[in-house]
Amino acid sequence: MAAMAPGGASGSDIYKGNAVKLLLPTWLVIGVFLLIPVMLMAVYSFLTKEFRGGVIWEFTLTAYDQFFLNRGLFGDDPASIEWTYIGIFWRSIWQAGLATILCLLIGFPTAWFIATRDARMRTVWLLIVTVPYWVNLLIRTVSMKFLIRDEGPLNAALMWSGIIDAPLGIINTNLAVQLGLFYSYLPFMVLPVYAAVERYDFSLSEAAADLYASRWTILRLVILPVVKPGIIAGCILVFVPSLGAFLAPDLLGGAKSFMIGSLIEEQFKGAAGNWPFGAASAMILMAIVMIVLLAYARSQTRETRT
Amino acid sequence: MSGGMKQLDLRRFPGFFAITLACVAVLYAPLMVVAVYSVNESTSITRWGGFSLAWYADVFTGPESPKFQRAAMNSIIIAVLAGTGATIIATSAAVAMHRAGRFRAKTATFALINLPLMVPEVVTAVASLIFFTAIGFSGGIGTILLAHLTFCIPFAYLPIAARMQSISDSYEQAAMDLYATPREAFRLILLPLMRPGIFSGFLLAFIISLDDFLITNFVKGAGVETLPTAIFGAVKQGIKPNIMAISTLMLGVSVAFVTLSWLIGRSGQKTQ
Amino acid sequence: MIGTVISIDRVEKRFGTFTALHGVSVDIADNEFFTLLGPSGCGKTTLLRCIAGFEPVSGGQIRLNGEDIAPLPPYRRPVNTVFQHYALFPHMTVLENAMFGLQRLGWGVVDAEGRARQALELVHLSAFLKRRPGQLSGGQQQRVALARALAPEPRVLLLDEPLSALDLKLRQAVRMELKQIQRETGIAFVFVTHDQEEALTMSDRIAVMSDGRVQQVGTPREIYESPANRFVADFIGETNLIEVPVLNISNGLAEVSLPGGRAIQCPTRLVDATQGVLSVRPERIDLCAPSEADLIATAGAQVYLGTDIQLKAHLAGGEQMTVRLQNAAATVLPQSGARLGLRLEAGAARLLAA
Repeated sequence: MAAMAPGGASGSDIYKGNAVKLLLPTWLVIGVFLLIPVMLMAVYSFLTKEFRGGVIWEFTLTAYDQFFLNRGLFGDDPASIEWTYIGIFWRSIWQAGLATILCLLIGFPTAWFIATRDARMRTVWLLIVTVPYWVNLLIRTVSMKFLIRDEGPLNAALMWSGIIDAPLGIINTNLAVQLGLFYSYLPFMVLPVYAAVERYDFSLSEAAADLYASRWTILRLVILPVVKPGIIAGCILVFVPSLGAFLAPDLLGGAKSFMIGSLIEEQFKGAAGNWPFGAASAMILMAIVMIVLLAYARSQTRETRT
Repeated sequence: MSGGMKQLDLRRFPGFFAITLACVAVLYAPLMVVAVYSVNESTSITRWGGFSLAWYADVFTGPESPKFQRAAMNSIIIAVLAGTGATIIATSAAVAMHRAGRFRAKTATFALINLPLMVPEVVTAVASLIFFTAIGFSGGIGTILLAHLTFCIPFAYLPIAARMQSISDSYEQAAMDLYATPREAFRLILLPLMRPGIFSGFLLAFIISLDDFLITNFVKGAGVETLPTAIFGAVKQGIKPNIMAISTLMLGVSVAFVTLSWLIGRSGQKTQ
Repeated sequence: MIGTVISIDRVEKRFGTFTALHGVSVDIADNEFFTLLGPSGCGKTTLLRCIAGFEPVSGGQIRLNGEDIAPLPPYRRPVNTVFQHYALFPHMTVLENAMFGLQRLGWGVVDAEGRARQALELVHLSAFLKRRPGQLSGGQQQRVALARALAPEPRVLLLDEPLSALDLKLRQAVRMELKQIQRETGIAFVFVTHDQEEALTMSDRIAVMSDGRVQQVGTPREIYESPANRFVADFIGETNLIEVPVLNISNGLAEVSLPGGRAIQCPTRLVDATQGVLSVRPERIDLCAPSEADLIATAGAQVYLGTDIQLKAHLAGGEQMTVRLQNAAATVLPQSGARLGLRLEAGAARLLAA
């Protein structure tokens, strides 16, 4: 380590000059099968819809116009704001946000509890919390649906024990979607928060206690600010996939819980579809996600600079 | 220090343990219930009719079994091929990112590798469908495979790059100092040291491929099913006990995989 | 030089705009224990890596028995390295590690194993052949690294601070052993360290480096007693540096005027100077009566070091001097603030360029 000259410090350049050869497959595969498709999708959002699904190569802003503006049944009324789709997006953001908060409220204490066990128990607890994540998402969602159906085991058990005398009617509600999203993405919250808490230096808590802070004051004024990067990372990891989620709203939610994922999916199914409109909706979803990710990236660079 | 002063344990917060238990209960209750009901004798999925493996037999021999078996076969073939391809590509990329010094496109490449993680799944699904339609690829195993290969790359890359980060290049330098050519240094030193990461990367990519519903559903075309799309189609017509048997089987496979990858990860740490 | 095995000839190394080596030239003899000594960032490790072939040189030649090896990749150079953190292959046994180089050279398994066993015997590790590096202590790992590098019988063995990861007791024991192995094998060792004690006790010759340049090459005694310049005097051991006017210089002997006016003679490499720096080792200054003294000082703080006692003394001009006194029963320590006479032992002072 001593006498490593600046600039030569990395030294890891055994394959210098081979970068292009080694990276070509990555560039090709992700470039051709993701980057170009996303660009093509952007183009499609400005094309004219064809009635059997697909597009006609004529430029138009119809898809975005349809998303944001209401011009009446025949398209000749004065334009007013169209609330249907903005409403669906707003509900999706609201649902995803709520799911994120729910995951944080449950995930933080869980991550804290795991991170404060001894090394052996820590791996066991981590395994317990992560195993469900490795179970197929569809199967988990179906299991949740099965459990909370009106005629499912949860209601049956509650009615049998006399706590309730009619099914709770959770299925097909926003609450069911919440449960589904929470269930789908909880490990995404626990893992980064756990990583942050594990690095937390407990002498900070002791110093705060020495300076007359109570347990909950320490949590608020010392612990939360210190592990904040982990919490933010967890929130992003839950919020972003929740926003575009398809399975939980589709299987657990009813018509009133329609979310972005289902809206987009519908535009590409069968003859009733509208590809440019679906592409435009996907573009708007991606724009929201990119704004969140960029804000996160900026907060990260600010964090590292200080 | 018995009795006397009560030690203030700053690591402990009242209620956190209870929340953890509740969390685990929510995570496991649905899976447990499904596993229990999969061995239910009764055809009604609401009533308990005694223990039976009838529904497992149904999965393998029942009227719907050819459909599910074909779907399972497709899923496994796709997961193996996409997982293998993604692992090879990711290994090559990880070597370049950690051993090729500084080069101009490094930051852009890093972003590109992570692109599949940043683009929402439904957007990837739509974009893939549009792309394959535009270039005239009709949906089938081929399009599913290409889509899976693409989104599996970052998942394979993560553990491989993490492993790579912990391998000092002094091992390869020592090998070359001891007369190993660069090719030998890669084959005899770097590759064996990367192996646990490569294995985890493959497992992760394999499971992610097996797990995917949404993208597959968009690009699969008519008539071709993977296990998730077949299950989704069946569930849309109501949850039947054979679905619970399939789910339980897949649960078992997942748990086996996680345990395997955990054990390998642990043995990998030991040799370090 | 007769018997030169490796000749480093005006080697330049640049990393972008930073120059790590400014035309370094050094000849290393066969069968020599040669040390590159210097502070962090002085270029010693870079020079070693250039010899090994991990860093391409920006200019100059590295000749091994007269042949320029600078253009060759590391695996074509008959030179082996003991790495700072050993870089033992963690997935191979001790024996496999030691056989690695021989097998790459095309030796058959049986011959390679025989030679590897010999090398491991040399470092007393025959009992650990089947162990993995992770199951060995730091000292044992260090020996495996040594055996692995010695097994192919290189012309030159390069050692990159190989003792720095060991604890103090072990380091002292290994020093003697390393020196003995060098004698037994007759291979030239090029040893990099920032630890001057290590360099002084083990080396046949030392090259002191700083800022990418060789400051002085010589035996430990020459380096310590006749430092070529201010940097070497200051870096090796402790010294007092006093600015003095030079009265005259002839035949390597200078006459200088000490603070307080007394003139003394001392050896120097300078040929001509009006101003210089006098270097005096603290252990070669004695206390005496002010009337007989070379320098008059005021006693300052004392630091108890066990075998020695370090005494700070202030000259009238404000210069601070350090004096080391043996902790003998007869040693009388002055009170702080007392007036002291300091006498420089004969030949203790040396004039260096200012």
